[in-house]
Amino acid sequence: MTPRSTRVALMVGAPVLALVAAFLITSIVLTVAGDPAVDVWTQILSVPQSRNVANIINSATVYYLSGLAVAIGFRMNLFNIGVDGQYRLAAFVAAYVAGEAWVPSYLNTVLAIVAAVMVGAAWAGIAGLLRVTRGVSEVISTIMLNAISTSLVAFLLRQAAVDVQGSNNIGTKPIPRGSWIPGISVGSGPGTEVYGFIVIAALLGIGYSVLLNRTRFGFDLRATGHSEPAAVASGISVRRMVLVSMLLSGAVAGTVGLPILFGDAHSYGVTFQSGLGFAGIAIALLGRNHPVGIALGALLFAYLDEQANPLQILLNVSPYIVKITQGTIVLTVVIAYEVVRRYGVRLEQRQVARALEVRGSDSAAKAPA
Amino acid sequence: MTDDGDVAVRLRGIGKRFPGVIANDDVSLVVHRGTVHAIVGENGAGKSTLMKILYGVQKPDSGTIEVNGKPVRLGSPSDAIAAGIGMVFQHFMLADNLTVQENVVLGAERLHGIGRAARAEITRISSAYGLGVEPDELVEDLGVGARQRVEILKVLYRGARTVILDEPTSVLVPQEVDELFDNLRELKQEGLTVIFISHKLDEVLSVADEVTVIRRGTTVDTVPAGSVTSQQLATMMVGSELPTPATESSTVTGDDVLEVHGLGLVASSGRRVLDDIALTIHRGEVLGIAGVEGNGQAELVEAIMGMRPQAIGRVLLAGVDLSGASTRERRERGIGYIPEDRHRHGLLLDAPLWENRILGHQTQEPNVKGAFIAKGAARDDTSRIVETYDVRTPGIDVLARALSGGNQQKLIVGREMSGDPVLLIASHPTRGVDVGAQAAIWDHIKDARRRGLAVLLVSADLDELIGLSDRIDVILRGHLVASFDPDDVTPEQLGSAMTGAGQAA
Repeated sequence: MTPRSTRVALMVGAPVLALVAAFLITSIVLTVAGDPAVDVWTQILSVPQSRNVANIINSATVYYLSGLAVAIGFRMNLFNIGVDGQYRLAAFVAAYVAGEAWVPSYLNTVLAIVAAVMVGAAWAGIAGLLRVTRGVSEVISTIMLNAISTSLVAFLLRQAAVDVQGSNNIGTKPIPRGSWIPGISVGSGPGTEVYGFIVIAALLGIGYSVLLNRTRFGFDLRATGHSEPAAVASGISVRRMVLVSMLLSGAVAGTVGLPILFGDAHSYGVTFQSGLGFAGIAIALLGRNHPVGIALGALLFAYLDEQANPLQILLNVSPYIVKITQGTIVLTVVIAYEVVRRYGVRLEQRQVARALEVRGSDSAAKAPA
Repeated sequence: MTDDGDVAVRLRGIGKRFPGVIANDDVSLVVHRGTVHAIVGENGAGKSTLMKILYGVQKPDSGTIEVNGKPVRLGSPSDAIAAGIGMVFQHFMLADNLTVQENVVLGAERLHGIGRAARAEITRISSAYGLGVEPDELVEDLGVGARQRVEILKVLYRGARTVILDEPTSVLVPQEVDELFDNLRELKQEGLTVIFISHKLDEVLSVADEVTVIRRGTTVDTVPAGSVTSQQLATMMVGSELPTPATESSTVTGDDVLEVHGLGLVASSGRRVLDDIALTIHRGEVLGIAGVEGNGQAELVEAIMGMRPQAIGRVLLAGVDLSGASTRERRERGIGYIPEDRHRHGLLLDAPLWENRILGHQTQEPNVKGAFIAKGAARDDTSRIVETYDVRTPGIDVLARALSGGNQQKLIVGREMSGDPVLLIASHPTRGVDVGAQAAIWDHIKDARRRGLAVLLVSADLDELIGLSDRIDVILRGHLVASFDPDDVTPEQLGSAMTGAGQAA
């Protein structure tokens, strides 16, 4: 095999092995707990109905954006744990802006999206600024900013809220129908539409790939992630890169809640989905920060979530069992990647040495005495 | 000497393979008791691996080890110590903020405790072998030579009868080398065995009784030191004539390329690591900087590269003031940079070669088109470098990590010579590379000098400095203290200036 094809084979083989290991571990947990492991897997691995497919794609879209936001930081050795706080604050602001409807129709949608992106960037930017000016680890500051964001959103919601009709919830003003993002149908019948925002998510994925692999900025970012001293010696301003990549990561994080906001909820209330930022960390790890890998990881997580839902009703097994599966997948995948990476490096060194030995003996034979 | 009772260490058929390299292949070696036995070979010949095997750091894939006639298995350094083998590494392993005594007993508390008995033993060893080590001194107050003697004492304290020294002279100035050799002769007289690894042949001949030459992982021959010349050893080492960086006719012009005025830098500890440095390099001139490591060379280079924003003073390149400029701007203006530590500063080890071609030249032709990476052009240019600079690699998609040190360095040299730099800053450009790559790199620097490049050459290798430089400045504690003409300077004169002994005279 050529070095390149070996690398590809290893890249695909590792997550598959990791998945198998994670399924085995979950089965052990199920068996120990006295749950019917075979029945559980039969349900989870059954073919989803088109309604379920739509749900899977929808939550995968949201997971994808979250994973993408985390991955931007990862590529530069920055650990943005704050995606959760960033998207909630951003989604709230977007809901408020869109609900006020200062401008008509889709202009309103665009304005709200821009607002969300800017709020997400700004919130992550605080952590970036602290890191470059005061040397505060972004891990610590983003965790704290998550907590602050929770309180801040609760406070602002109280200021801006209107009563939601027919419930005790409060939320922002509903977004006018003309500013909703219409769904795309994937089947017939009710509940088979996927968020229109999926198009924007896909474009962001392409943008991420182009930015990282094709641009000077992306090269600088990856170089800094590979080796900070080498980046400094090559003329990269690491402080600037830290700040800019935190802003970018936050900007993408700002979009995480928007598919739900414009496609389903249409307002930000106390029940708005939380915790998506943490799933993003696992998904970015799972997808190796690769735009397609993240998409697969997001689909896998969404699939497990959706398929586990009826476990309680059908088998009296808690659907949270898939959280164990998801957690184990992350662990096994990380381990498998590292093992494969080391093996790959060794393999390549050996291949290089062999190639040179062959060439060396050739040239020695040809060289005049 | 053939009597087996006389043999301290015998290695038979030792083999060790690493991915991509055969570090050792069928190495056989007999070291007699009470002798200094030198092991010489070019960088990468497998000397250090062999010694790590003997010290139990690495397990051989094949072969046997006998100590005092008995076969032993050395699975860890503690096995080696138990067998009476000790090792002093090239990089010292001492805690600066502890005293000599604390450093010596650390990890060997069971032998003589940590109190008076230990102290008495240290004093006894020190005087028995003439090491002159004071148990109460703080290690941070000691010079390099004294630290090395502490390391030797540590090994003896643990009961070693065979002491391995890995490139012990690489960190020493000539005077300290002489002192070390006196110590080694002392050890030998007391019946201890010394295994001495080096690639400096004159030193080897002056201290060793027997010399074993290693080439490409296998033993070439063992010869008595009295019966060979350094030229013969060199020929055995490289299998051909040893290249030397011969000086050529001067190409120095009157055009100033680099001017540095009043350059200063204060470390976070408050110490002045650079103080009022002034230097000028002309077109076609190589300025060598000599000095014992840690006297400000690294900081000088990084200050000129703009990697030390706290530095004060002025840096002018071809008349343009770059004092406040960023590293990138300085590079764009035509400074090529071969960093001291190629793994840390020179390469992205886990990126392919063509991406490493771009590193440091992210804003320059042919690597970019506007804000985008010009992948095709960068790849083509990488192939050109691989071809021109003889980088031994099967392709430009392999990771930089997979190449040997010499080939990594050739890639860096080729990269930094691209885009017609006006100034090249070369920090230890041939450290840790094999003889072939060394000669190639020297040739490239000489070629570039002929074409009018100005070069700032920092090196610990005095032969390299004398052979390549048009002028040699000596740096000592952040000052440039002396300037020599390489045509009529001796290593001893440089050594005196490097340690400050010249100032008193």
